[in-house]
Amino acid sequence: MDTVKVRTGDVIIWLLLLTAPYWLPLTGGYVELGSRVVILALAAMSLNFLLGYTGVLSFGHAAYFGLGAYGAAAMIKYYVQSTPLAIAFGVLIGTVAAAIIGPLIARLRGVYFAMCTIAFGQVFYFIAFQWRDFTGGDDGLSAWHREPLHLGFATIDILGDNKAFYYMVLVFFAAATAVMAFLLRSPFGRTLLSIRENERRARFLGIPVDRHIWMSWVISCAFVSLAGALYALLNNFVDPRALRWDQSGNFVIMAVLGGMRSFWGPLVGAAIFIVLADFISSHTENWMSFVGLIFVLVVLYFPRGVLGIIKRRVAS
Amino acid sequence: MSQLLFFNVFNGLIIGAFYALMALGLSLILNLSGVINFAHGGFLAIGAYIAYTLIPYVGFWGGLILAPLLTACLGLIVERVLIRRLYGRDPLYSLLLTFGLAFIIEDGTRYIWGAQGLQYQIPTFLQSPLSTELFFLTGYRVFMVAMVAIIVLALFLILNYTRLGLRIRAGTLDLETVSVLGVNVRVLRNLNFGLGIYMAGLAGVLAAGVLGLQPTIGDSLIMPSFISIIVGGLGSLPGTLLGGLLIGVASGVTTVFLPAASEAVMYVIMAAVLLVRPHGLFGEEGRF
Repeated sequence: MDTVKVRTGDVIIWLLLLTAPYWLPLTGGYVELGSRVVILALAAMSLNFLLGYTGVLSFGHAAYFGLGAYGAAAMIKYYVQSTPLAIAFGVLIGTVAAAIIGPLIARLRGVYFAMCTIAFGQVFYFIAFQWRDFTGGDDGLSAWHREPLHLGFATIDILGDNKAFYYMVLVFFAAATAVMAFLLRSPFGRTLLSIRENERRARFLGIPVDRHIWMSWVISCAFVSLAGALYALLNNFVDPRALRWDQSGNFVIMAVLGGMRSFWGPLVGAAIFIVLADFISSHTENWMSFVGLIFVLVVLYFPRGVLGIIKRRVAS
Repeated sequence: MSQLLFFNVFNGLIIGAFYALMALGLSLILNLSGVINFAHGGFLAIGAYIAYTLIPYVGFWGGLILAPLLTACLGLIVERVLIRRLYGRDPLYSLLLTFGLAFIIEDGTRYIWGAQGLQYQIPTFLQSPLSTELFFLTGYRVFMVAMVAIIVLALFLILNYTRLGLRIRAGTLDLETVSVLGVNVRVLRNLNFGLGIYMAGLAGVLAAGVLGLQPTIGDSLIMPSFISIIVGGLGSLPGTLLGGLLIGVASGVTTVFLPAASEAVMYVIMAAVLLVRPHGLFGEEGRF
């Protein structure tokens, strides 16, 4: 049907992402803003793997985002000063935690699932807050920085060169989204869609629904912890706010704002939300009210999200 | 040692009573309307701040009566204007809306009353300890537990012996049938929401007497309320009450032996309950 149109969309998005460090400064932005958008977009897209494509409402993804961030920070600060190892360690921590929590919640649905993910998410917030010796408590982990990448034949200075770091983030983003797109097109991904559309029917067809939800949950959390690890490297810092529940809410609103039923929706949502929040917080002390207002307005007037609306326009 | 234990059990009971009071309000709204009210902590703060403003004019007792009622009125308006539009839609949307509302309320209270902690006067006869031996048992603490007990009792009487309570319970089980039988479901949900917010407001007025007043006063209470509901089982109000008291006492007892784990123990209990009974201690399978 409209595969050609979808392809043009992909091409436009990739062109914009690839050239971002060059056109961002022209529009008053800066390269770090681009990195932040891509990283948080990855988090929102990972969440949407579960939210939009499996139909399961998680409101606790910040926990695994934060675990990825703390894992990366701790690796560099305490163990080995290597950026790839830091990322791997962050992803490992986040994924293992999600795999352990998963069986407890995979049987639950709807609001109940949402509540349990929120509550379990707070566990890690408290750990980060209380375990002062290791996590630095409220002050977080600072006094460390990302290390230049040694590739054997060359060294890439991602610490000093913002553009280099942006492109490293983009490589991880591309790999992660490619895996997610591949999974969604596979029989496994189709099964997730069938669970979203009609869980009872999927069950009658003999699909082990709970196990699929658990798998989708772990995959989604693995990618969100990758985003978290990159986020810690971007800031050279991590504190408990990275895994607080309001961060989870931000991921959900990014996905909804951009369009939950579109693959690229969360990316668009993340870009709009971050730029808007950035603008608001630099102009008023009462930024919280305005961010809250964004939530309310999106729910009341843009429940389909930006890409959802565009898709509808194009279809009619 | 035994006195320390007793102190912490009693303290846990007080805190648990708060969790329960807040969780019961959340539970009422969740059961009938399927809305997780993230802004519940915000309404709690509003209740406390309204009491702070009113007490110089109407006294502590006047504030205790009026502030929760005014908060409930605000709740009725919020339901009428915002929440009502989201019934029947994916629970995601009501969650996001109340999430945003929580932001707005926190910022709003900070804007109006300032970010500094405030304190209000509680009657002098409630401030003194009951006896020198039980120095920690101030009159106010006993009074709080008594108040919570009275309100919970009143709630259960309303639910079991009035027409409104009957309709709320019936609506929780099958809203469509209740609607077909000629009950105005819109009004029912509106009143039910108000009732839930009333309890949040009351919890706020009582809590502020101990914790002091800050815009984020509800933050430390909202997660334990969620846990109370999960432990007790969704859809069961007695379960919610018990869940609140249970985690309150458990965290009080843990304070004696391992202070750092007093928060964590609540989550351990929640995980254990979910492992053994996925729908909570008193929850029914298939309701959620």
